[in-house]
Amino acid sequence: MSTNEIAGPANVIGSKKRLPPEVSILGVLIGIAIVFEILGWIFVGDSFLANKQRLSIIILQVSVIGIIAVGVTQVIITAGVDLSSGSVVGLAAMVAASLAQTSANPRAVYPALTDMSPIWAILAGLGVGLLAGIVNGSLIARTKIPPFIATLGMMVSARGLAKWYTLGQPVALLDDSFTWFGKSFNIFGFPLPLPVIVFLLVAVIFHIALGYTRYGKFTYAIGANPQAARVSGINIGGHLIKVYAIAGLLSGLAGVMTAARAASGQPGMGVAYELDAIAAAVIGGTSLSGGVGRITGTVIGTIILGVLTSGFTFLKVGAYYQEIIKGIIIVAAVIIDQHRQNKRKKT
Amino acid sequence: MQGTGTMEAAPAGGAAVDGGYLLEVESVRKEFPGVVALDNVQLRLKRGSVHALMGENGAGKSTLMKIVAGIYTPDSGSFKLRGEDIKLRGPLDALEHGIAMIHQELNLMAPMTVAENIWIRREPTSRFGFIDHGEMRRKTAALFKRLNIDIDPDIQVGTLSVANRQMVEIAKAVSYESDVLIMDEPTSALTEREVDHLFTIIRALREQGKGIIYITHKMNELFEIADEFSVFRDGKYIATKASTEVTRDDIIRMMVGREITQMFPKEEVPIGDVVLSAKGLTLKGVFSDVSFDVRSGEILGIAGLVGSGRSNIAETIFGVTPSDAGTIELFGKTVRIDSPATAMKHGMAFLTEDRKETGCFLLLDIQENTQMAVLQAGYVKNGFVQQKQLGKDSVEISQALRVKTPDMAEPIINLSGGNQQKVLIARWLLTKPKILILDEPTRGIDVGAKAEIHRLISKLAGQGVAVIMISSEMPEVLGMSDRIMVVHEGRVTGFLDRSEANQVKIMELASH
Repeated sequence: MSTNEIAGPANVIGSKKRLPPEVSILGVLIGIAIVFEILGWIFVGDSFLANKQRLSIIILQVSVIGIIAVGVTQVIITAGVDLSSGSVVGLAAMVAASLAQTSANPRAVYPALTDMSPIWAILAGLGVGLLAGIVNGSLIARTKIPPFIATLGMMVSARGLAKWYTLGQPVALLDDSFTWFGKSFNIFGFPLPLPVIVFLLVAVIFHIALGYTRYGKFTYAIGANPQAARVSGINIGGHLIKVYAIAGLLSGLAGVMTAARAASGQPGMGVAYELDAIAAAVIGGTSLSGGVGRITGTVIGTIILGVLTSGFTFLKVGAYYQEIIKGIIIVAAVIIDQHRQNKRKKT
Repeated sequence: MQGTGTMEAAPAGGAAVDGGYLLEVESVRKEFPGVVALDNVQLRLKRGSVHALMGENGAGKSTLMKIVAGIYTPDSGSFKLRGEDIKLRGPLDALEHGIAMIHQELNLMAPMTVAENIWIRREPTSRFGFIDHGEMRRKTAALFKRLNIDIDPDIQVGTLSVANRQMVEIAKAVSYESDVLIMDEPTSALTEREVDHLFTIIRALREQGKGIIYITHKMNELFEIADEFSVFRDGKYIATKASTEVTRDDIIRMMVGREITQMFPKEEVPIGDVVLSAKGLTLKGVFSDVSFDVRSGEILGIAGLVGSGRSNIAETIFGVTPSDAGTIELFGKTVRIDSPATAMKHGMAFLTEDRKETGCFLLLDIQENTQMAVLQAGYVKNGFVQQKQLGKDSVEISQALRVKTPDMAEPIINLSGGNQQKVLIARWLLTKPKILILDEPTRGIDVGAKAEIHRLISKLAGQGVAVIMISSEMPEVLGMSDRIMVVHEGRVTGFLDRSEANQVKIMELASH
């Protein structure tokens, strides 16, 4: 698109290629990693980065958050928010796990539905997520209540459903064919867990969807100016239902992955994941006022969250301090990013 | 590019460099990424004078004003106020130096009272630090008396008309004892009587020795109110002259840099069958029983005062606010138009009145803005946007409309108002409409671009497009329309043919 020189009068200079905004976020990531590397040599006497196992764990820890964050990013681009992702993860994990139990469990949730193909458990988990998303989207589109309220309601109710489902009992003894989805594979000598592969695949799919499809173009348009979008012939309500449905579906997928990795379903799974996902999106440059955001940024934002957790643990920082510092770093990252963007606008 | 006008401007103000001028801005340069907005520009403002800035959209008037008002910092150049070199650190700093800007988009807080708005941050306080409302009211009343303004200081700003809000803005600027007042198209939303009142106030301010910088696109205002004017073109200074020594054509020539042969190049084209027929359209409380036909190749002008319901009629036809009663026939078939998407499916396009609110996606780039409407109907295969073809066609159409930009990837917010308007027109032309509804297609647009848009509308009609054009500008309606429908208080009060229409007849029907 750089050659679109339009024949015009004097105040036309050649177009300058701009760096994509993700570059600065990538810089933040590298900066944080280097700080941990240096502190590592000073305080622990070991390298932070030169450790395949650790690098793999960093991504594994955040891949579930990352899958959610890809959906949440799209919601935030439409100037909305999804607070229900964490609860939907819990509910989807419970439902999926209940259909993936082995007959060896004398107290299976559905004794008649044990030793099944894992496909049913996965479909059920995804279905639960999709349904929750459609409910969110329909509430917002049809009743015009703010997304914050609609998804807050879903957050509370879905968590309640997850607890009610087994009256608070965990769902255990899952079939190996299901827990396989939480396993690692060696790719070029690098231990790569399946959730990480799923995360990256989801990220690539929606990066393409946002950048190159009509779905993506309309998503940005609605966030940038809903009134203009409507006059341009975009069916806003219908499109919002799609966006929230996708976010729900991805939360369901995250729930399935969580259950598979833990080899159980617990009603408390995914608590506060929505906040980490929103943080990842916002650190990655997605604007809460809508119209701006990219999946590549969200992926980097997600990895930053992982590096922070892993780095603090590596440095043997206490858990309480970790959370305190993490909160500060999230806010600081966004302040710096915003400052930088304002500066760029003004020059 | 410094014209001979510089020399002619100097003698009237006296030779003394620091005595005659209130404000002197010299060799100012300002660059934005990819664009030189101002290149070696100057402006000299005399005490007790009204100095108009003229130029096409994108000429650099607004940028220069924002520099004077401290909103932008120039890259280079000198800035003298009352003969002293100063450097402004921001709009507040400018205000403290006695430079006040009255914005095009008014900056008042609607829920607060008139007095509170004027004295904000400077509220008179009583002994205990509470705000002294009585004193504030007295000060406001005194200020209004001085300016001949008749507004209750205790009334909420939100309840005032646009004209009255503007008066409050001006009073606020004067309350800072500002010497330099900047007015950016102050009359764009005012009625004739309100304009007269505004001019009375401006003349009073001039008597008091203030310097007023006045941006306008309206040529007659220039001759009525301005003592001097400066012309800019493409970010360059062209000339400064006294408004008594030039004609309208001289100014247009300076602004455009070429002759504009015909203002309204309406071509006679064959008019075809009825394509759109509205029958008894009603939107409760807004308009009722509106019926009209539009034929292919015809330009139907809709005239009427602001608030007469003319824009609402257009919105209803396009499905933004579906009608409560009545029918719309398209190409002979009755169609229920319940959303813009439905209207577009039937070949309609609608350029809205408000560029910012319902037109531009300000966060997105020019390409995205251009292509947004057409994606509903084409250039998409299996959900994927055919960006290559779409990009090519978008560039072609932007070039035809002469959108001034170095790059389609430039954010649209960096374009001038006129260029944004061209992008929005391009957006609708890409959809190849059969019925084109234009609501104020040339509002806030300079003469050059105006003529281009008029030529384009005429050309589209020649290709068989049915055009419905709403406009507040009488010459535009009279010059472009084949037929004029006049609306008054939500009712159609008459139709006038091109041959019989004139300004008086329209005004009679519009005000009944």
